[in-house]
Amino acid sequence: MEVKVDSSLNLKNVGCPLNFVKAKLKLEQLQDGQILEVIIDDGEPIRNVPRAIKEEGHKIVSVDERPDGTFRLLIRKAGGRSNG
Amino acid sequence: MVDKFIEDQTNKVPIDTNIEGKTGEIDFNTLKSGGLIKQRQKDMFTVRLRCPGGRVPLSKLEKIVQVAKKYAGDYVHLSFRQSIELPYVDYRNFKSVYEELADSDQKIASCGPRVRVPTACSGCEYNPNGLMDTQKMAKLMDEKFFGYELPHKFKISFSGCPMDCARTSEMDLGFQGAVKPQWDELTCIGCRICSKACMEGAIESDPETGKPKYFPEKCLYCGDCIRACPTNSWQERTKGWIVRVGGRHGRHPIVGHKIAEFIADEDVPRFINTIINWYKINGKDYGRTRIGVILQIPKRWNIFVETLRNELGDKIIDNPKPPAKNEIHFDTRGLIDEHR
Repeated sequence: MEVKVDSSLNLKNVGCPLNFVKAKLKLEQLQDGQILEVIIDDGEPIRNVPRAIKEEGHKIVSVDERPDGTFRLLIRKAGGRSNG
Repeated sequence: MVDKFIEDQTNKVPIDTNIEGKTGEIDFNTLKSGGLIKQRQKDMFTVRLRCPGGRVPLSKLEKIVQVAKKYAGDYVHLSFRQSIELPYVDYRNFKSVYEELADSDQKIASCGPRVRVPTACSGCEYNPNGLMDTQKMAKLMDEKFFGYELPHKFKISFSGCPMDCARTSEMDLGFQGAVKPQWDELTCIGCRICSKACMEGAIESDPETGKPKYFPEKCLYCGDCIRACPTNSWQERTKGWIVRVGGRHGRHPIVGHKIAEFIADEDVPRFINTIINWYKINGKDYGRTRIGVILQIPKRWNIFVETLRNELGDKIIDNPKPPAKNEIHFDTRGLIDEHR
């Protein structure tokens, strides 16, 4: 099943927590239910970014390791969550 | 030994406030039980405030500043055990300091051979790693056990997660939050994030399917897998406190080891009660000696574990390890050989 991607962000070589902040800002521009594709590095980014995105209330639809060792996340934006 | 910096060598001072039920002439040394510590300077004391878990509401903080400006030095000291200390308080002002602080319900701490104010990390309400509510427990246990007289000082701390910021293995009695995870195969998409999230190597992903294999013997019970899992396939199985006993720092540090795990909040008072009562009775013969020193005596350790089992049943783990000394002088020959 291929998911339609609405927006993409290549966060290769972008460290924590800037990668998460960039993904978060991008998600804010999307509508609820739209899909953001992000590429993040192995190591700290794959350890931290999915967790932080989940804590923001968004849904990670798929995770794929790519041949260059980076990861491709598809994130479905969820809205209506208040800050804090 | 005479400390040349102590100008005032009088032993008795007249005070007009009630400290440990006494007024009138009080020995400088007994003042410590009321959180009043003699300074080098004549007539001057440091007043240690009671701040369980290091949390000080702003209303109290404002009052503390007011009182300090009036009666103490021009700074406060944050003690290693999360207390605010007011230096340079003249003993003649004790009564006013007590009374004015009491207006905002700010109490004075204690020193000496008794249960001290519990310390705790910032707490699970806003720290993302927090598993258990350390602030709530520090406050409750302070209300219940503070000041209980024992053969020597007795320190309790609460850490919300295995990072253990409150250093539970260095306390006479420490409680550290922990969560045991469980995995649901049906909802798992084999994304491998859990094995990446686990910093202990306790989860390995199958090279083909990506599904996790869990090695509980490596697990620290931090819950990183649960927080990271995009599909909530990793969930909480049991959550509670890991209990460590017999640690201390200072000149002769001791590392306290785990005696129980996944203890509920409701059981914490029972643990504290059982252990301090054991210490009160069994510590008598040893004078001013910390519980961790006594627990290293095999016969005492066995009696201790037996008492715990009688009082707390199967909450006590099998074959708990007694506390261990952190030695300064030890045989390094083996180590040196290894590095050659």
